[in-house]
Amino acid sequence: MKLKIPNRGLDDRILSYEELQKAEKEEAGDRPQWDNKAQYLLTCVGFCVGLGNVWRFPYLCQSHGGGAFMIPFLILLVLEGVPLLHLEFAIGQRLRKGSVGVWKSINPYLMGVGIASLLVCLFVCLYYNTIMAWIMWYLFNSFQDPLPWSQCPLNANKTGLVDECARSTTVDYFWYRTTLNTSTKIEDSGGLQWWIVVSLIAAWTVLFVSCIRGIETSGKAVYVTSTLPYVVLTIFLVRGLTLKGSVEGIKFLFTPNVDELLRPETWLNAGAQVFYSFSLAFGGLISFSSYNSVFNNCEQDAVLIAIINGGTSVYAATVIYSIIGFRAMEKFDECTAGNILELINAFEYPENSITESNYDEVLIHLNQTHPDIIGRLPLQTCHMQTLLSQGVEGTGLAFIAFTEAIIKMPVAPLWAVLFFIMLFCLGLSTMFGGIEGVIVPLQDLKLFPRSWSKEVICGVTCLCSFLLALIFALQSGNYWLALFDSYAGSIPLLVIGFCEMIAVVYIYGVDRFNKDIEFMIGHKPNIFWQATWRVISPLIMAFILIFYFVTQVTKEVSYLYWDPQSENFPVLSTQLYPSWIKAIIFILAGVPSLVVPLYALYKCIKNRCCKKEGSRDKKTEAVSP
Amino acid sequence: MRRFWLLLCLSSVVAGQSCTENASDGTKVRISLASGLKDKAYMWNENEMFLFRSTLAYAMRKHMQGSDFQVSNILVCRETQRVSFWFVVTSSMDNSTLISKEMVREAVRKSRDRINGAFQLTDQTLEFLGIEAIMPPQPEHIDSRWMIVFSVFISLVVFVLLLMIMLSVVQKKRKRNEKTKKETCEEEIYRNTVVVQGICNSTFSD
Repeated sequence: MKLKIPNRGLDDRILSYEELQKAEKEEAGDRPQWDNKAQYLLTCVGFCVGLGNVWRFPYLCQSHGGGAFMIPFLILLVLEGVPLLHLEFAIGQRLRKGSVGVWKSINPYLMGVGIASLLVCLFVCLYYNTIMAWIMWYLFNSFQDPLPWSQCPLNANKTGLVDECARSTTVDYFWYRTTLNTSTKIEDSGGLQWWIVVSLIAAWTVLFVSCIRGIETSGKAVYVTSTLPYVVLTIFLVRGLTLKGSVEGIKFLFTPNVDELLRPETWLNAGAQVFYSFSLAFGGLISFSSYNSVFNNCEQDAVLIAIINGGTSVYAATVIYSIIGFRAMEKFDECTAGNILELINAFEYPENSITESNYDEVLIHLNQTHPDIIGRLPLQTCHMQTLLSQGVEGTGLAFIAFTEAIIKMPVAPLWAVLFFIMLFCLGLSTMFGGIEGVIVPLQDLKLFPRSWSKEVICGVTCLCSFLLALIFALQSGNYWLALFDSYAGSIPLLVIGFCEMIAVVYIYGVDRFNKDIEFMIGHKPNIFWQATWRVISPLIMAFILIFYFVTQVTKEVSYLYWDPQSENFPVLSTQLYPSWIKAIIFILAGVPSLVVPLYALYKCIKNRCCKKEGSRDKKTEAVSP
Repeated sequence: MRRFWLLLCLSSVVAGQSCTENASDGTKVRISLASGLKDKAYMWNENEMFLFRSTLAYAMRKHMQGSDFQVSNILVCRETQRVSFWFVVTSSMDNSTLISKEMVREAVRKSRDRINGAFQLTDQTLEFLGIEAIMPPQPEHIDSRWMIVFSVFISLVVFVLLLMIMLSVVQKKRKRNEKTKKETCEEEIYRNTVVVQGICNSTFSD
């Protein structure tokens, strides 16, 4: 494949091998370094393993064929995830710069890729840290027995429970009313909810303190934040397996449905999940690997981290679904018991005459003999499958389904505290990578005065981000967050990832890249890497990008909302976004994606003007003595 | 003893006409022993019914001070296997008049705890249909509990922050001192112009 775009002056912009060896020996420079390999690996694992592993992957797995979903997931992990990961590690280690620096070195026209990474990182950090604030709010509220989301508050005249709570559930009420105090549509901003602002302050302060001196401080924090989630997951697994219904949950998760593999959505969702799960295209991984020694074996690291990330997804899914199975079983038992009670009360049968085992027969018999009475009874349908597939994705999983399961466990506050500490650690370690992907490009772009120290830069960034994130503390904040999540963190990342591959393989040159890797780790990358970098991975990425773009553009943009007055209450209803939201969507998704070509254009125009002036200068130089 | 039973039968015959299902002054009771007591559930029999009637007579006495309600004033009918039944209360002075539903319900409401306690049941397992269960007193939602946890947390974080800022300031000062010491040391060596291995040892300059 001799396809290579001409790239002048590349050698002047990057360090040569001799310079690299010299720098390695002297350990000179004020560039931060990892204390040891374990710190680097834990930071990368922490960045990759995040909330998505806990609340996105299990849902995808269950809804796209259970155990069969592993097949597209693993295939795409190998063909798309690992090559991109190796690429980002290697290019960062070789060029020893953050994301903006790396793309600038490869070619000044490509700086747009770095700027796009910066913008996407910023948008994602804003809403991700708000989720952290919500997690902290729940964590602060977990230190009491009974847990506040286990009961409905009394209404004003103390005659009964608050209506909104009585009609939905206690966990729904605590989430939508007590925590978010959500409005009914995104246009109704409402005011700032002070308790959310307080939680946001806590979240941004913790982040600031952990990242105050870059990897010097965050590198120490990851020893806890990257390992604690695994401990908690194991504790939950052991606890979960002793609960009734957990095995049903795990069976539901992994029961293979091979027909799902024939649907293209399954493969595309698997590809997207692999891509987002590895936190690629944020620039954080490039930054982290640039702090490594030049001779670090990045190939091994890439494979190792891919295995850990994939394994964690499967492990977390098992744990989550064991608890979800328990919850579904509890709800099923409650539902059936309620129905049995209705029958017993209506027909004055002795207690224990109808049990779960003979309920169906008795109901059929009574329906034939007394259909009118049966018709008047408020009997509910209790279906285990429906209960298992309820609300088990995203914030709904953590703040509604899981919290509901926790209140049914003995010693509930302990499990609540453990669960939210785990989510907190997962989120915080991802935020380390995110904030790295914001601060380092800002420094490379020289947007801060040189006199400012690292601490001040970090502080200013965190403060500005906190102020911007106040939009999520409004009553409509939840809807804004969903908007950011759908648009800021999806298409732009795919665009950037695709551009990264093309840039390294065809602009930097895959031959040069191969030589670099041979210099760094001692052997040339084998045929697998060549095939995936040059052809397979870019094709997969292009495919997913086009699919996503087409589906997003063609469908009506709508969102789910909570309205106590609506007919479907307590189920969420759907409504369309107002038209001005399209402008916001364009800013979130379009601007980062368009920065890449627009910056190249701007640079081109600037160069043309400079070239004219430059040649004029040369003429004057030639004239003057 | 026989006379007692005779009286009981008599009164039940007399009031048998007044104790009917959906009687205007009657109240339905539903008892769920199995779900309320699970393993410790006892059998519902005549003795338990007697206890019920005497507890209710006690409740009526408590509500209508100075009255003289007896077990015989509490008439029960329509017993089912569910363990549910209707009861009416006759006046202590005149066996043929019934106490109004509201009065009975007030009396029950007042002594609900004692009635429940006699049977080791709760408002949900010993139901008087039509008399709402009193809301269990909600534990004081200490809304400020989460603020306490938050304050502890944020003080810890701020403490760590101040510590780190102090450490970095101290570090910078030390570096600056070392740099100036190194410079003065090198200047001295330069001034002395002694052709010796001019190794500037900063420990000497203290």
